[in-house]
Amino acid sequence: MAAAGLTETAAGAVTITITAEADLIRVRQVLRAEAQRAGLGLVDQTKLITAGSELARNIVTYATGSRGRVLVEQVGAGGRRGVRARFSDGGPGIADIDAALTDGFSTTGSLGLGLPGAGRLADEMTVESASSGTTVVITKWAR
Amino acid sequence: MSDMVPIMQVGDTLLVSLQGDLDDATVIGIEEHLTSEVARRGAAGTLIDVSGLTVVDSFIARVLARVVGMIRLLGSEAAIVGIQPAVAITLVELGVPMAGLNTALNAEQGMALLRRLRSDGSRRPD
Repeated sequence: MAAAGLTETAAGAVTITITAEADLIRVRQVLRAEAQRAGLGLVDQTKLITAGSELARNIVTYATGSRGRVLVEQVGAGGRRGVRARFSDGGPGIADIDAALTDGFSTTGSLGLGLPGAGRLADEMTVESASSGTTVVITKWAR
Repeated sequence: MSDMVPIMQVGDTLLVSLQGDLDDATVIGIEEHLTSEVARRGAAGTLIDVSGLTVVDSFIARVLARVVGMIRLLGSEAAIVGIQPAVAITLVELGVPMAGLNTALNAEQGMALLRRLRSDGSRRPD
């Protein structure tokens, strides 16, 4: 975990700094490692990694300076284990969250599947957005 | 880019095998290189083997669909082969429209599909 832009906190959470598209690979690698650690099956691993790739790409595409952070951690509840990933950036924020959560809505000519698709692939997703920044949190549980 | 993704030729068919974790620039590079090679070599068909990809997000899926469209525009045929089951499940749930895409379980069935497409002369509507 000595790679640049990647730190492991005392609590075991991994933080990845995003500054460019090439950082998406690191996001996918960390999510895969954490998903395996939590005991997620192959399909759930793939769904989590893909959802994370979409959300990290949103940071690169939409966030000011393409900059943001991803925090990945193990979670547990009621005997279940899972992985939680928090994607945050410093703005400019999502003007219309309801629209952004709708399939096919895009301000950049993409397929418009990133946010709604990530929501379908994750077990839980929350989106908070203001002009100061956007935070999307997804959780995937082992079955 | 081209040395990272070797393009094999079997008769008049090209076979390219995508492996590992691809960044966007690499995917775009493969798209351009493959389309150029189809024209340069006069290939009748192309198989894009994605069995080595454990993750295909909406960007990569879109480029795959695009390169198949480009090759068909050249007058050749192309098919995606070997999509991993977990990737197929994920792409459907993500909502990526890939229904119009020529796909086959593996390279052998992909070859048969290309032969059929060529002898048919007819094309699937997009």
